[in-house]
Amino acid sequence: MAEIAIKGVAKQFGDFTALHSVDLTIADQEFMVLLGASGCGKTTLLRIIAGLETPSQGEVWIGDRRVDHLPPRERGIAMVFQNYAVFPHLTVFENIAFGLRMAKLPQAEVTRRVTRTAELMHIEQLLKRYSGELSGGQRQRVAVARALAMEPDVILMDEPLSNLDALLRLEMRAELKGVLAESKTTTIYVTHDQVEAMSLADRISVMNGGYIVQADRPTQVYRNPAARFVGSFIGNPPMNFLPAKGAGDGRWHVAGQVFDGPKVAAAEFAIRPEDLHPSEHGLDAEVRVVEPLGPHTLVTAEVAGQPFRAVLESDRAISPGDVIPLAPIPDRIRWFDPDTHKAIQ
Amino acid sequence: MSDVTRPAPRQEDVGRAGRFLFRAGIGLLVLWVLVPIWFLFVNALSAPSEVTSFPKRLWPSFDMASLQFFWNFQGVTRALWNSVKVAVLTMILSIGMGAPAGYALSRFDFPGKEFFRVLVIMTRAFPLPLLALPLAVMFIRTGLDDTVLGLALVHAMLALPFAVLITYSLFSGIPVELEEAAWTLGCTRFQAFVKVVLPLALPGIAASAVFAFVISWNEVFAAAVLTIENRTLTAFLLQSLNVSPLPLKFAGGAALVLPALIFIFAVRKYLFAMWGIANR
Repeated sequence: MAEIAIKGVAKQFGDFTALHSVDLTIADQEFMVLLGASGCGKTTLLRIIAGLETPSQGEVWIGDRRVDHLPPRERGIAMVFQNYAVFPHLTVFENIAFGLRMAKLPQAEVTRRVTRTAELMHIEQLLKRYSGELSGGQRQRVAVARALAMEPDVILMDEPLSNLDALLRLEMRAELKGVLAESKTTTIYVTHDQVEAMSLADRISVMNGGYIVQADRPTQVYRNPAARFVGSFIGNPPMNFLPAKGAGDGRWHVAGQVFDGPKVAAAEFAIRPEDLHPSEHGLDAEVRVVEPLGPHTLVTAEVAGQPFRAVLESDRAISPGDVIPLAPIPDRIRWFDPDTHKAIQ
Repeated sequence: MSDVTRPAPRQEDVGRAGRFLFRAGIGLLVLWVLVPIWFLFVNALSAPSEVTSFPKRLWPSFDMASLQFFWNFQGVTRALWNSVKVAVLTMILSIGMGAPAGYALSRFDFPGKEFFRVLVIMTRAFPLPLLALPLAVMFIRTGLDDTVLGLALVHAMLALPFAVLITYSLFSGIPVELEEAAWTLGCTRFQAFVKVVLPLALPGIAASAVFAFVISWNEVFAAAVLTIENRTLTAFLLQSLNVSPLPLKFAGGAALVLPALIFIFAVRKYLFAMWGIANR
């Protein structure tokens, strides 16, 4: 049982505030992804949970123990590093056995666990090799096996796939998901890759500027961004935003069209590029660039002077300069507060 | 046609001249180092009569008379033994103090870190002759004069900057993540150092120790000033060889140079690393 609770954790590096009072609860056996651009504080948060950084304020709880004053070795965690951190002077076997030997497990148990995790990660034929004789992908497998062999309550992963090439990353992603689901540990996984986050996570915490902007299931984060930032960060291409002018009684003028919206003083209109379709009436989009991508066509256009993207069926002939009316799917329209940038429910 | 082809040989000529200059420069530098060494060994390994003769042979006659005489010379073995003792002690002192300082420089941020690094090198800018007299007075007062430990302390001071800088670059070359991984796998800071950092740094630390040994082995000024009875080989040779025949001087010189040469050759890779020359 290892529920993780982060209560009011903040971190300052000199004048720079890396984390502003973050609160987050991660359920037992949950796969939580911390997602954000570089410098958003996601790695700092992970390192605070690991005990490699001390928080300036706040508490970290793992299970029913407060751990923020404990060194990493007493926290019941295992960590996988971005650059693998496989010990170069030890064989693969001894690398995986390293933590088990520190825990003074009997030799039979060490051998059993090393063999089991090595088989799990498909590296049983590499046990006698040294790190220098392995490829990047194999090293990452060793690093994951070493963490799994500890049978920890919590596994922390700091961009574990970012040093691998694209094809290998895809393969490892699927494998990691299976292995970690089976191991029944709580996982916290840091990445800047939204596809990785969407595909792996039970829940995603989107971070920006030292805050957690939204922590929710991947589909929720995608469909119902809690803030303008989430909509503009997640999705490729990202969400479109257009200014809206109130017409009273929850009706809004957007680029010459009228939509039903929230009954508030000010709002911004938002729609995902794939939630648009050409229609007789819609937002008049002046096409600038057309990129046929096979299954669909990416159209970059301008609506009321604002950049606007749409993902359309590829069988329709569109060329730059065309003006096409694009109708949004009504229940996919989202509204944001133009001042706070928060979603309006 | 000729207009087109004319520039080509010119450029070739420039390139050839450049290459020639480059090679000549290298040749000169190599000779600068090798000729004295060759001279030393030819004379040390030749019969005493050949030493004073001219022209020199390219290859020595391997006559051991000079070396034998040197070895049996009153006090040589004792001075040699003293040299070894002082050098080993210097090695232990400078690594014992230098390696922790190098580790701290590479792993911790502390106020005055840059100043400390400069200070470490500054100790080498301080001329030893200026220091020698007050040091001698202080050593006599504290009873450290004419002892192996006293001299080793001075030599350690000379070797420490190198020990600190070599180990600093050594530890900096070992990723922090390796230590952090060890901490998450159950190690204390000290255990992680012993189990992960030390095995990786050991060859370099050994090299830095050998370098400290050589610095002490070659040092003559402090040794001559601070010892009387317990002379090291350098101080002993300086004192007695002034009044010795030429063959003996060459034999003594060769005996001094050989261990230093072998050791430096063995650890050259790490010395290059210290000076920031990319190796391999």
